[in-house]
Amino acid sequence: MPVAARPDPEKLLLQIQAEEKYSASGRLKVFLGYASGVGKSYRMLDEGRRRHERGEDVVVGALQPDIPPEIRGILKTLQVIPLKLIDGQPVMDINAILRRRPQVCLVDGLAYDNPAGSRNAHRWQDVEQLLEAGICVITTINLQFIEERRAEVEAIRGKAVSVTVPEAFLRNADEIVVVDAPAEHSLVRGDQSAPGALANEEERKLNHLREIALLLAAEVVDEQLESYLERHGVTQAWGMQERILVCITPTSNAARMIDRARLTRDRFHGELYVAYVEGSDLTTDERQALEDHLALARNAGAEIQLLDGDDAVCTIMDFARERGITQIFIGHSLSEDWRARLGLTTVDRLIRAADGIDVKLFPH
Amino acid sequence: MSSSSPINLEGTEQQTPTQHRGKLKIFLGYAPGVGKTYQMLEEAQQLKREGIDIVVGYFEPHARADTIALIEHLEVVPRQVIEYRGARFEEMDTDAILTRHPQVCVVDEFAHTNVPGAQRTKRWQDVMILIENGVNVLTTMNVQHLESLNDRIFRMTGVRVRETVPDWVLHQAAEIVMIDLTPEALLNRLDRGVVYHGDKILRAKENFFQESTLTALRELALRETAFEVEFRQTSGDPNAGVQSSHAGERQTTAVSRSSERVLVYVTAEPSSVALIRRAKRVSDYLKGECIAVAIVPPRHTSDSCEAGAAIDKHLTFARNLQVETHVLTGGDIAEQLMSFVRQHGITQIYLLRPQMPRWNIPFKPNLVQQLVRLARDMEVTIVAERGTRPLKR
Repeated sequence: MPVAARPDPEKLLLQIQAEEKYSASGRLKVFLGYASGVGKSYRMLDEGRRRHERGEDVVVGALQPDIPPEIRGILKTLQVIPLKLIDGQPVMDINAILRRRPQVCLVDGLAYDNPAGSRNAHRWQDVEQLLEAGICVITTINLQFIEERRAEVEAIRGKAVSVTVPEAFLRNADEIVVVDAPAEHSLVRGDQSAPGALANEEERKLNHLREIALLLAAEVVDEQLESYLERHGVTQAWGMQERILVCITPTSNAARMIDRARLTRDRFHGELYVAYVEGSDLTTDERQALEDHLALARNAGAEIQLLDGDDAVCTIMDFARERGITQIFIGHSLSEDWRARLGLTTVDRLIRAADGIDVKLFPH
Repeated sequence: MSSSSPINLEGTEQQTPTQHRGKLKIFLGYAPGVGKTYQMLEEAQQLKREGIDIVVGYFEPHARADTIALIEHLEVVPRQVIEYRGARFEEMDTDAILTRHPQVCVVDEFAHTNVPGAQRTKRWQDVMILIENGVNVLTTMNVQHLESLNDRIFRMTGVRVRETVPDWVLHQAAEIVMIDLTPEALLNRLDRGVVYHGDKILRAKENFFQESTLTALRELALRETAFEVEFRQTSGDPNAGVQSSHAGERQTTAVSRSSERVLVYVTAEPSSVALIRRAKRVSDYLKGECIAVAIVPPRHTSDSCEAGAAIDKHLTFARNLQVETHVLTGGDIAEQLMSFVRQHGITQIYLLRPQMPRWNIPFKPNLVQQLVRLARDMEVTIVAERGTRPLKR
């Protein structure tokens, strides 16, 4: 059961302030696509049209240079604030939009730079200004233009991009929507347009980008879920991804456990934690072994946790519940006095305690 | 995906792929009202404009107004009427569609369970018949109907979804498209009466339609779609790995089908079902193979009869998920499992949490303890039954 937080006056104040800010500034909604032609602009403008029909005051603040025919129909129903030409470069007319003060402004294509001498260097900063003025913005972006994803996408596409938007800008958006489409356009049509290997190669690249875009959206949604639960006083982590916790001791076969955990994390696109519960004093050798294990963990990109508690099982389980761990990896020893310690071992107690969490046992 | 490279899956050999096997496209969503059917019908209209021979095989008659408008000018194959307990039910008429034999058939609600008396229990089975006979199919489903997520959805929402589609069926689809919409927009649609009418709105809000639940379901759908995209990249194409090497460390492990072999020890315990789901999901993600093993006593006693029936039920469940099953007879459980492990190159074992120790036999080690002692190099995973902890705010 989710745990309701006790009302903490400081927290309440922060919450109220956050809500005030929330209502004063405009909301940002981003349509994210993995390539051009998946239909982002259409989805955005279609939403604009529907909002307009429901009585919201909607304007189009920026359009892409090429306007496909299916969009032209929608544009007839919406007011468009034309781009200004500065040094022959089309720029969003932010002053005109601010003067016009619509409820909603549609900005097709977030990744544009403004010419030198403009108020803002980048269009995403223009958008920020609109949001601050209380205007809601709906915008579109392609995966390749996200700064933090650029290297990865360039490696796949083999093409460089010069304009980027910081990922944090997207993560702070109130809403993000993935515009998904198969790399190959249609079941039936695809069979005819087949220049063989080239098409397959292109399709593989696109599918790779598609996967990255979907996972990025999943991450953003995961953050939204957690912040939502936090706002509503649920302290338990509820993310939908696999979260693996590897519990190590100096005698663990840490190399194998971390290797396996890393593989599982990668396949599930999940998260990896490596924890050590501090207990009795360690010998120099043990200390060294532990340090080596932790180095492996860092290498694997794990989040390292040095936990402190009287009882290892309780400490591990508290942490696991708080973080929404789905799998615990732990070593077991096969010492000779095994029968004597039956039913009392840490592993045994952990298995009993780990409701709803898989426990994976590794030989030391 | 070209027609010359059908998706190749282990365990599907019995369905001999013909040259004219149809393709399946799934519009995947995370809740009613996100626009799956709408987008599917838009595509259907587009295909018709291009001169493709397309019919509607099943369409939900309670659909929303803007969706119904999209069905105009599309040929609809009449549904068949099935009488059950004096009431009349309508289901898709698969035979009639096969007789008509269009290039593409539109089938709403892939996860639907047919009324008893229909030729097949599940609509997805009807769809597979269409595909095998060379009809391309467009269909819709929500992520919560995916078999391997069933326990997770139950834990999160307290709702046990009865209409499920096995994961291997999804893997057969040539294309899966995520139909995304933000929960804010969806709740807005719900409030405006676009999704449901009257009382149903309130009831919906008590179940799936809470912002937290919707957000969680949406994340699941995004991850599932990403997995399906990746799955198509790395399976069925021996060269797929070459591409992946660009993406850096995270992708390099995803190159070839691993030699991972997961054994699930199935018993009469009801939670065996959840155990099988979990082990199958993990082995799917590790690109491994999942094998279910049960052990029955050598001679049936009246007591073991009931247990035997439960075990049979669980093994059937496993086979429906395309998990290979084996039944071993009698003997010591741990030793039987271990000899199977050695014969079949098993790399890890999944089993349920042992019952609490009986205090009258304090020194008898439980199955986990016996296994880890015998299986010195084996990973042993204990799956505990998951209760519900609804994601309510």
